[in-house]
Amino acid sequence: MKSLEELQKIKERALQRRKLAGEGARARIVVAMGTTGIAAGARDTMAAILKELEKRGITDVVVTQTGSAGMSTYEPVVQVQVGDGELITYGNVDASRAATLIGKHVLGGEIVAEWQVQ
Amino acid sequence: MAYRANILINSDAPGAQAVYGAFLDELQELALRDEVQVLMTSGLGGQGVATQGVDAIVYPDSVRYVNLTPDDVARITKEHLLKGRPVLDLTQATPKVTPLPPPAPKEVRVVLRNVGKINPFDIEDYIAEDGYAALANVLTTMTPEQVLDVVKTSGLRGRGGAGFPTYLKWTFARNSPNHPKYIICNGDEGDPGAFMNRSVLEGDPHAVIEGMIIAAYVIGAEQGYFYVRAEYPIAIRTLRVAIEQAREYGFLGKNIFGSGFDFDLEIRMGAGAFVCGEETALMHSIEGQRGMPTTRPPFPAVSGLWHQPTNINNVETYANVPQILLKGGEWFASMGTEKSKGTKTFAIAGKVKRTGLIEVPLGITIREIVYDIGGGILNDKKFKAVQTGGPMGGCIPEQYLDMPVDYESLASVGSIMGSGGFVVMDEDTCMVDIARFFMEFVQDESCGKCTPCRVGTRRMLEILNDICAGRGQPGDIELLETLAKSIKGSSLCGLGQGAPNPVLSTIKYFRHEYEAHIYEKKCPAKVCRALIEYKVDPDLCIGCTRCARNCPVNAIAGAPKEKHVIDPTICIRCGICKQVCPVAAIDVY
Repeated sequence: MKSLEELQKIKERALQRRKLAGEGARARIVVAMGTTGIAAGARDTMAAILKELEKRGITDVVVTQTGSAGMSTYEPVVQVQVGDGELITYGNVDASRAATLIGKHVLGGEIVAEWQVQ
Repeated sequence: MAYRANILINSDAPGAQAVYGAFLDELQELALRDEVQVLMTSGLGGQGVATQGVDAIVYPDSVRYVNLTPDDVARITKEHLLKGRPVLDLTQATPKVTPLPPPAPKEVRVVLRNVGKINPFDIEDYIAEDGYAALANVLTTMTPEQVLDVVKTSGLRGRGGAGFPTYLKWTFARNSPNHPKYIICNGDEGDPGAFMNRSVLEGDPHAVIEGMIIAAYVIGAEQGYFYVRAEYPIAIRTLRVAIEQAREYGFLGKNIFGSGFDFDLEIRMGAGAFVCGEETALMHSIEGQRGMPTTRPPFPAVSGLWHQPTNINNVETYANVPQILLKGGEWFASMGTEKSKGTKTFAIAGKVKRTGLIEVPLGITIREIVYDIGGGILNDKKFKAVQTGGPMGGCIPEQYLDMPVDYESLASVGSIMGSGGFVVMDEDTCMVDIARFFMEFVQDESCGKCTPCRVGTRRMLEILNDICAGRGQPGDIELLETLAKSIKGSSLCGLGQGAPNPVLSTIKYFRHEYEAHIYEKKCPAKVCRALIEYKVDPDLCIGCTRCARNCPVNAIAGAPKEKHVIDPTICIRCGICKQVCPVAAIDVY
């Protein structure tokens, strides 16, 4: 890293990458994988998401991970964003909820309000 | 019988009795005595503002009449109670209720701003959130003195517990003449129930790294160490990846941002000793020696790691630094109280509805944290106390619910800020048992160097064990207090000096619970097993045998359809019978 300009370029590249269209993706799924999330079963949730996407033959969904933001009561926490829509946060997402979320929200575009947390 | 209306009269006001008599007479006249009840009450509730005169409220309409004389009563009974038309000229003009503005967000996320938002394994995700922009600015445009000025303006104080002003610590290390100098991040978070630092390391590791590089630039260090406890494997893995990526992108290494400044970082893992969170013990542990505290002075800023000048801060302190340099010291100082600036993360645990991690401006009240953010007490039980500061902290009782949370206020009631543990207790928590728990913890974690801490905490634990087991004796409380004073006054490090705090604060605020254990052999919260008894209520028992079948020690007698009886000499107070009873006939006494 030599200069401010170089840093600025990386920042712009990173912001560009975040836009789903740039990645050619239809949706983004983010799983909170801090210790609290993993203790509550986030690894199973992550595995279920990947399995469900594979089963349905979906390849244009970005699945990433993040830290646990503090909503320990609601772990595992999963965030879903479809297109340029709002980022929706879901709580207590176990493997079966994860599969349902892919069907309803990612593919159907329908937010599952009763699992949503603020 | 039910009344269709109730009249409540404020009995505190002079002349209330006459008004009360007048109501009874008038109601008698109108033959309404069976329909309307008149009551005298002290301190009238309801809406509206109390006056100096005789006030009365008619329910269920909630109409408040003010400054009544016996002459007014006839009109109220005839118009309001008979015909249902409130006598408006005797009422108080109800102040218009304006809807409250939406509550200001209680949480402000500075340290946690990226946690749960970015991918901690992707440095570019951090850069997208202005990551390393503060470092770039510092290295290309600012002198170390200018950075110190900004940190001084911000009022940032150490987030590890003691609250020492960060700019002062940095100044001392900077002014030490010897080289090389070292920088250390204390990630040995060991307080029971605390996990703030872990979440930051796992969720936003680069913020801590960036803060450390800036601090290193200020004091002139070229080498830094992360000291993270081995119990945090995910944090360590995340940090490893982050440090590698920072090196790859040139934020660590030689000639960072072309400034000629070199810096690199390594991770050291703690081996599970709580005392290694103490800075001198921590440094000995990094050196490869046994983690035991040594005397200060010399302070680490003068002679620290390998006897070289060393700056040591906590994870959260470093994580604040990049934000302060991006947004300015004034911005940070605009949050918090006069002496405690900025925000603080807390791990809320215990008997609240929403446990987890929060970040709030300092100066927020305990009530706001427990009720507005934590959602109140689990199962709507009564709040009893909150324990802050971990094993060196204290229990803060209900009367201080509205106390602001800052370094000085917490210290004034016998607790400490600590690293941010916040354990909420409800009415079912026994305070003697809590004190015993923390004493067991410090007794276990005492390194053994100082006799008062090594032996004294053991003696205190024995007394507390006895009290909980029903073997408490008169004089035990006083003995605990004497021991506490000696341990506090003659231990070398914070662990021993703070170890008696949970006992002292619970004796101070909950002495009656200690006394009940010792003199009445009762545990008011019904927690201590030796002091409680499970009994079957014969009026409720239906003789289903479920309790008898589930009892692990066969302490319950009774054939089917017969009332069951628990033999207290066999019973081990496990509580299973109470859980399985279908008619709630079993309770603790």
